[in-house]
Amino acid sequence: MSMSPFSMPVSWPKLSRSSPPKPDVSHNVILYIEDLSVSFDGFKALNNLSLYINDGELRCLIGANGAGKTTLMDVITGKTRCDSGQVWFGQTIDLLKHDEAAIARLGIGRKFQKPTVFEALTVFENLELSLRSAKGVWSTLFARIDGEQRDLIDQVLQTIGLTHERLRPAGVLSHGQKQWLEIGMLLVSQPRVMLIDEPVAGMTAQETEHTAELLTSLAGERTVIVVEHDMEFVRSIARTVTVLHQGSVLAEGTMDQIQSNPDVIQVYLGETP
Amino acid sequence: MKRSLSSLLNTWAEVRRGGNTITVFVAVLFILTVLASFSNLMLPVDSAFHVSTYTITLLGKYLCYAMLALAVDVIWGYCGILSLGHGAFFALGGYAMGMYLMRQIGDRGVYGNAGLPDFMVFLNWDSLPWFWLGMDQFWFAMLMVMVVPGLLAFVFGWLAFRSRVTGVYLSIMTQALTYALMLAFFRNEMGFGGNNGMTDFKELLGFSLSADTTRVSLFMITALLLGIAFVCSQLIMKSRLGRVIVAVRDSEARARFLGYRTENYKVWLFVYSALIAAIAGALYVPQVGIINPGEFSPINSIEVVVWVAVGGRGTLYGAAVGAILVSYAKTRFTALVPESWIFMLGALFVIVTIFLPKGLAGLIRGKAGSEDPGSDPGASDSRGSHRSGATPAESRS
Repeated sequence: MSMSPFSMPVSWPKLSRSSPPKPDVSHNVILYIEDLSVSFDGFKALNNLSLYINDGELRCLIGANGAGKTTLMDVITGKTRCDSGQVWFGQTIDLLKHDEAAIARLGIGRKFQKPTVFEALTVFENLELSLRSAKGVWSTLFARIDGEQRDLIDQVLQTIGLTHERLRPAGVLSHGQKQWLEIGMLLVSQPRVMLIDEPVAGMTAQETEHTAELLTSLAGERTVIVVEHDMEFVRSIARTVTVLHQGSVLAEGTMDQIQSNPDVIQVYLGETP
Repeated sequence: MKRSLSSLLNTWAEVRRGGNTITVFVAVLFILTVLASFSNLMLPVDSAFHVSTYTITLLGKYLCYAMLALAVDVIWGYCGILSLGHGAFFALGGYAMGMYLMRQIGDRGVYGNAGLPDFMVFLNWDSLPWFWLGMDQFWFAMLMVMVVPGLLAFVFGWLAFRSRVTGVYLSIMTQALTYALMLAFFRNEMGFGGNNGMTDFKELLGFSLSADTTRVSLFMITALLLGIAFVCSQLIMKSRLGRVIVAVRDSEARARFLGYRTENYKVWLFVYSALIAAIAGALYVPQVGIINPGEFSPINSIEVVVWVAVGGRGTLYGAAVGAILVSYAKTRFTALVPESWIFMLGALFVIVTIFLPKGLAGLIRGKAGSEDPGSDPGASDSRGSHRSGATPAESRS
């Protein structure tokens, strides 16, 4: 369950580091997840799960609690080590060989289920740290924000509706605002793939609608994977939905296909049609 | 128009936060140092404004403590790493300086042996151990003041932070580190003077350590280096690096998912902090005239943490002020009731933690009402050690 740091390739604590490679998406698939298994003290959180995500796709993952949605995100982002299986970013990058920071630098961004922002820093500073720029110790010491980055942050602030809160510490924001700030941090980092865990939890109907618009507008340019319980929300954004059940893929298709799928109905309603 | 206005506001906020504390701190330090030095050297002894050499030395000692507190604040206040072993780096810096001073005694020791320090003659050693070689050269000794503690901090930090040891576990390890060093330095075979440590120093770079001018110079150099350490630390904390460090304190996992290799940040900050502590130790030894393994004792390191807590974490100046005030109180109270100081210290820590979680700096800032990235507006009571400890799940994953 817990990742042993010594199983990672030894990385000397260098002061700076070179820029990461780009994923090869010549086959139009950006994430290959094959036969992934993870068990926690005997409990199989993921059980030979295979999933392919196309470049620029907006994919929704649904499933009951314990179906393995968050664990899957943990494995992709390097937080949890898997027992067996493969995760490839494009054709060439083996994600299992990288740690969290390296995976983030490769362009896979993540929003947590519970909003996590840096409470003592201002909204602006939270976004500044999320910028796609050199992340080494030495480079951050001398980093200055340039006009282009400032424009990007301003633009994102407008999108997430926090322009007036920019100089306030993130700790004083409301739950919903923190949720937005974290989405903003993801936007500013301009990732290739965005993993978004329950984006609309605690949001008003209007905010939910706004989020749906935002996520649909992002797809195409970026690959977006959303985990969500809110079926209305999923219906409003999803083109393809993947249903997870007991650590494996149960069904995959459009929302209508999913809702008429006998396996899904059986699992969810406990009856055969 | 609107955008340029807001970016202007933003820049203004950064300037407002950056400049003030540096100027005030450095100005106060500079003025007090010059006044004290002037009144010691220039005013007649019977003048009401004369500052005795004893006081100068005491002030110099307090400034060394202030520097040590600064080192702990950098790592604890800003990065949430509660080190209960920073006295180790202080003492190692002190020992390196002590070795140099020991070699400067030459043949003026009790045994009159120019080649060996007294305690080695006493132990019937016939030659200098390898690790004493070169320590008679000032430049080499000063290099060792930095290299030895820096290297120890690097190795310790690298092993601990890479293994993602955080919170209480890390604090206990730092405590164990200083305790182990204390036991080692108590041993005569180690070649550092054992129980008695090193003392009876005569001169530094040819200047007699008992001369008033040397004392005042040491005091001024300490003030200067404290000022430099303060400005450097302040600049680091105001840079993006400083914001990443605060981010690591508030949510290390989040910082990692943004692409920051947080263990590297922690290792280098730990080394930086250890270097400040080591320099403080090196300045301390010629002023107090002795270094012994007692400096490694865990209680010393805990005392530093109390200074920082009293002054206020995450402000830098608070740590310095806390160190000076508590040390002054210690000087006073140990003269009156020597046995009870340790209880007072404990009580002070409890009181500050409960009633003044942001320390004295919090009182001042509460009035001024300004924000600082070092402070945590969200949860004033649950910060520092608790926050850095995170949840067990988070620290293990």
